[in-house]
Amino acid sequence: MESAVTAATLALTAVGLSLVFGVMRVVNVAHGEFFMLGAVSAWFITTWVGGPAWASFLVALAVAPLFVAALAALADRIVLKRLDYEPEATIVATIGLMYIFQQAALSFYGPQAMPVEPPFNFRIQLPWFGYSAYKLSVILFATLVLIGVWLFLTRTKAGLVMRATQVDRETAQAFGIDVDRVYAGVFALGAGLAAIAAVLIVPIQQAHYLMGHDPLLLAFITVIVGGLGSLRGTIIAAVFIGLSDGLIAFFWSPTLAKILATLLVAMVLVFRPQGLFGAKQA
Amino acid sequence: MTNLITPTRRTLLKGMGAGLLASAALPGHVWGQAAPIKLGFQLHRTGIGAAYGRWYERTAQAALKVVNDAGGINGRPVEIVFEDDATDPKRGAEVVEKLASQAGCDLIFGPLFSHVVIGSAPRAGELKIPYLVCSEGYHVASGMLNRWTMQPGITDVRAQVSSMAPWVTQNLGKKVTMVYPDYAFGYDHRDFFTEAVKAQGGEVIAQIAIPPTETTFTRYLPQIPTETEVLYHVMVGPAVLTFVKELGDFYGSGARPQIFGFIDSLEAVDTASPGLEFLEGTHFWEAHNRVKQADASEAETFYRAAVGVDDNGASVSDAADVATYSHMFSVWETLSVIKKGMEAAGYQGPADRQKFVEAVEAMTTFDAGQDHPQGAKVFNGKTHQVFGHQFISKVEGGKLMRVHQTAIEDGQYADAVDYSTQSF
Amino acid sequence: MRIWTLHLFTLAVLAVLLATLPPYHATNLARILVLAVFAIGYNLAFGYTGLLSLGHALFFAAGVYGAALPITYLGLPQLPALVAGLLAGGLVAGVTGLLALRTAGVSFMIVTLMFAQAGYLTLLYFGPVTGGDEGLVLPDAAALLPGLSADVARATIAYALFSAALLSSLALVQSRLGRTLVAIRENEDRSRMLGYNTFAVKLTALVLSGLFSGAAGAAYALLFGYAGASFATIQYSILPMLWVLMGGAGTVLGPLVGTAAMFYLVDIAGSYTTATLLFVGVALVLLILFAPKGILGTIRERWLTWLP
Repeated sequence: MESAVTAATLALTAVGLSLVFGVMRVVNVAHGEFFMLGAVSAWFITTWVGGPAWASFLVALAVAPLFVAALAALADRIVLKRLDYEPEATIVATIGLMYIFQQAALSFYGPQAMPVEPPFNFRIQLPWFGYSAYKLSVILFATLVLIGVWLFLTRTKAGLVMRATQVDRETAQAFGIDVDRVYAGVFALGAGLAAIAAVLIVPIQQAHYLMGHDPLLLAFITVIVGGLGSLRGTIIAAVFIGLSDGLIAFFWSPTLAKILATLLVAMVLVFRPQGLFGAKQA
Repeated sequence: MTNLITPTRRTLLKGMGAGLLASAALPGHVWGQAAPIKLGFQLHRTGIGAAYGRWYERTAQAALKVVNDAGGINGRPVEIVFEDDATDPKRGAEVVEKLASQAGCDLIFGPLFSHVVIGSAPRAGELKIPYLVCSEGYHVASGMLNRWTMQPGITDVRAQVSSMAPWVTQNLGKKVTMVYPDYAFGYDHRDFFTEAVKAQGGEVIAQIAIPPTETTFTRYLPQIPTETEVLYHVMVGPAVLTFVKELGDFYGSGARPQIFGFIDSLEAVDTASPGLEFLEGTHFWEAHNRVKQADASEAETFYRAAVGVDDNGASVSDAADVATYSHMFSVWETLSVIKKGMEAAGYQGPADRQKFVEAVEAMTTFDAGQDHPQGAKVFNGKTHQVFGHQFISKVEGGKLMRVHQTAIEDGQYADAVDYSTQSF
Repeated sequence: MRIWTLHLFTLAVLAVLLATLPPYHATNLARILVLAVFAIGYNLAFGYTGLLSLGHALFFAAGVYGAALPITYLGLPQLPALVAGLLAGGLVAGVTGLLALRTAGVSFMIVTLMFAQAGYLTLLYFGPVTGGDEGLVLPDAAALLPGLSADVARATIAYALFSAALLSSLALVQSRLGRTLVAIRENEDRSRMLGYNTFAVKLTALVLSGLFSGAAGAAYALLFGYAGASFATIQYSILPMLWVLMGGAGTVLGPLVGTAAMFYLVDIAGSYTTATLLFVGVALVLLILFAPKGILGTIRERWLTWLP
């Protein structure tokens, strides 16, 4: 159950990274910071809006991802575009962005962890333990968003344009597609998805300026294990990774379980380098 | 990818400090031409310790003002040079270097996180500069560091933990389950508390270690045996809030064991935060009562006002900015010890560093008062470690109210080292 | 000829700097030299062979503990421990390479990252032996070269190690093997068709890279008296990449330039601002916008085309 919450938010974050990675071929090291900014801006928004918890949370859920997406589009225009999306240069640039965002959070938000009140506190009480209804709704909402992303990519013109650019940038350009706009849009969408995941998780965990670290690593692993550019693979990998260390932890000491789970996932890649669902020539 | 780079910051209080001295120092007090005494402060401004670092800096500034208002040290004004170590042991050693060699500090104090202390202390020993840590780690008294490293401001974790056992076993229950982080800090709790509980006729029936990279804890909670009478928890880092909330989700409104935690879990976190209602009625160790108690001493009131902490333990300017109250007093008290030690040694400059260490080693007791607002203490010059009273508080109406105060002897243990016989 | 002159001249300048700089900067330079050896190792894998690794912290930490554990538990003298650290780095890189080199590109990056993460957790798991997150304190650096003060011993070892690393890496990139590495970076398929066993060559490059990294880790632990699990965190995989990219990937002197630039960027930032992360972040973005090939890479492109 806990693993399902992890898997759901991981899937959102990873799909965002996968889009950026697949379409733009950019290794976005700052992706975790977009996640963090989503959580931090959710804290600011709920604090400013006030009122009942559910109302301010809904505002945050709507506004925070848009804000983060806008920031990402701006970063794309100012920095990444000028680098012509050259892989090594974008790694350094996104590391730079990572520091800038971290400092911004540290200066304006502060070093402490602060929680956001969940929109509802209903608890499903079983005889031996309880379970928060909010966590169930996180899983549900994340699933809806993922379905939305899938519909967007497969059923809309914008999605088609993105996929076409992913397959062949030059040809897409030749067909009159404004690749720059597509890239800015993809980068914003990817960041926005990470931010949605963060807003969903922040009532369970809390906002902290260094919280982007773990989601970034996990999302990277998920994207690669799932296979580059495969949305379905990314989601299945998220579930696989969300469950794997939970299951192993059942048998061994937790730290040993983490070691084994990490090696297990690494071995999947070693013996299936294209990922679980990637094409052979990924 | 946190703190990839270890940023630094040097706040030479020259500009700001000079203004402060000019305006805030007692009128009529003339410093003359005396060069200031420079104290280096190794600060966790960024990295995982940043929440502590912010309050350590504020406490140091407040203590500095008090010292300068009272005439400085040996008739000389005092300034503090702050340098960020990013809560990283490698950068920590570099910061020691920078403060000692470049900024020309007379001594260095202030680090909290154990790995930073252990990474930096060898360099301080080599540079032969006094290094006074505010860390609560058992690393000083265990003998792994060196003669230049001392901890005169805060009781170490071994003593804290051991002194809790009598009260816990007598009042909460004898069958204890421990939840702790799966690394050195957690092991100190595991080993010393298990031992102390045994000595009290109790038993630790389960030890649940949480791996360091974990961000969610629900899956570990079913491992708590149902016959548990007391759940002992200690966690550090930003995930602590998650831990407490998930514990709340786990037990819900059903029956639960008595719960005893170390406030480290909730330093810089408001106990009245949403989701923490579950803590109502549970107990915490505190080294210094975050919420101002009814019997607070005059010194306590003075300290609180000087640092800028309100009666609930938050910043007077921002109620959401909660202090790391059970640790930061060590900065204030360490500065008091520095002043006392430098005066006893007739400290003039770096040539007297050894005399300073010897002067501190000669100290035995600290009286409660403005210099030691947390309370009276006993200093062991052989192990370089101080021992003080500890408190147990209960959460009542979202506030931590003291229910017990330990005696200093409750935490003392046999010496593991005699630094005073080591060479300088 | 002028290539060797340039590098020997650089080494001479470093020797003069070590001897004449004020103590603070001299010790910093010793740190930079040791860390630059790590960067040289990373550059061999990444800059010359095109292996984008995020697991080099593992090799560095292997060096740290390869030296620290025998000293702590077997009483091994320090200089043999340095060699043990070097070998440990190479060995771990070899094992990692045997598995990870089955992948390429971003998959390689992630697999190496995960090996390093597993290594970090293993150090924590064996905390009673390794000191875990808190780490171990090692003997004084003065014991390294008896008769010398700690500062002189440290500077001497750091300088000797760096000189050996710089000259051997220069010789390497000018050798047949070095040219093969570049050929693989530029076009692996063609190299394979030309009859090269690209797997073996890449493995060789990674092991060499691991030897450099291990030597740097061992030296760092010995010279500064501390070994801890934090050296195995991802931070220490990203740093050498940053140093190399900043100095110029695929240049022999780039790692030194990048390491020194980054060290002082961080150090100086602290003197002017409390927002150091912002300062460093903006500096990185500006650098990559205006000198995308790194400092020496840009110089080579514009002016000194002969630079190795």
